[in-house]
Amino acid sequence: MKFGIVINEGPYTHQSSDSALQFVKSALAKGHDIFRVFFYHDGVNNGTSLGVPPQDDRNLPNEWSELAEKHDLDLVVCVAAAQRRGMLDEDEMKRHDKNSNNLVKGFRISGLGQLIEAGIQADRLVTFGD
Amino acid sequence: MSALHIVNKSPFERNSLDSCLRLAAKGSAVLLFEDGVIGAMKNTKHSDAVAKAMSDISFYALGPDIKARGLNDGNIIDGINVIDYDGFVDLTTEHNTVQSWL
Amino acid sequence: MEDGEGIIKKFCYMNRKAPYGTIYALESLEVVLIAAAFDQDISLVFADDGVYQLTKNQETDGIGMKNFSKTYSALGDYDIKKIYVEKESLEERGLSVDDLQALKYEDEDDDWVEKDSLFVVGSEELTKIINEQDVVLSF
Repeated sequence: MKFGIVINEGPYTHQSSDSALQFVKSALAKGHDIFRVFFYHDGVNNGTSLGVPPQDDRNLPNEWSELAEKHDLDLVVCVAAAQRRGMLDEDEMKRHDKNSNNLVKGFRISGLGQLIEAGIQADRLVTFGD
Repeated sequence: MSALHIVNKSPFERNSLDSCLRLAAKGSAVLLFEDGVIGAMKNTKHSDAVAKAMSDISFYALGPDIKARGLNDGNIIDGINVIDYDGFVDLTTEHNTVQSWL
Repeated sequence: MEDGEGIIKKFCYMNRKAPYGTIYALESLEVVLIAAAFDQDISLVFADDGVYQLTKNQETDGIGMKNFSKTYSALGDYDIKKIYVEKESLEERGLSVDDLQALKYEDEDDDWVEKDSLFVVGSEELTKIINEQDVVLSF
């Protein structure tokens, strides 16, 4: 089956990102496809390249980044939610005349249409949030 | 058509489980995970509501979340199936749609 | 952007939280406005504290936040005509349909006559409506 995953909360504060990660790993191991992982609301913060979590704990942005690379996952951060919360890639940084960007490798910024498309194209859409 | 309803908040914190049980159709399934596993435990003020709903709805609880919270497997309401993430994935494929009660 | 190749699914946008205390009400509405362009079968559900999103007379100057409540009355222009409010949620909160905005749309199949798009429904009927959906988005 093709799954669309929606993550509504940022790393660490809520278990959403962790639960989604475990779900996605299981789904992939079972041979399912992940059509897209869409990060909305504070979920956009899962894409930060500036996180420095404690050494003895998981690094969620990196875990998503590595999983994306290993399985060619489409990790999409919602542009409107990202702008509100200060998550910018290089293009956004230039577009809004900011002096840095902070999107970790493996994520891309795009519009809400990508969420709707995931709902249309995936067989199942699973939302992890608060 | 049967839905899988997933509830991740404790019934002591939110009315999510309450609302889910009010609006879940007969024949659907409910998965309690994250803090939602608290709703799967016996001897709480919410246990009766869950046990009662079981005549129309199949209940599941995510084992790893139960263990994480130091809850005793043996204290789970009778009839609730404890599953892992693989089981979670399977459940989503066995039902037509997945609805999150946040 | 793919056009979904003619797939039409029943999309339900589930709103259960009050506005302003959290961003979910606003950002959920933003999804709906974008979703309108995808020609899917859209229903909005307001239950629990979500019913407060639709109250009349919201004035937000005092809290320094943007008042987005007018946007609900524009949903008709986006062809959103199925907005369900749970009766029990209203009653538990001492509210009635008169406390809510009167949401309308213009029916293109009926000479653009203005019709109600907001329906107060009991839990039993809402259960059936929700159970028929293909995709449910929660915020």
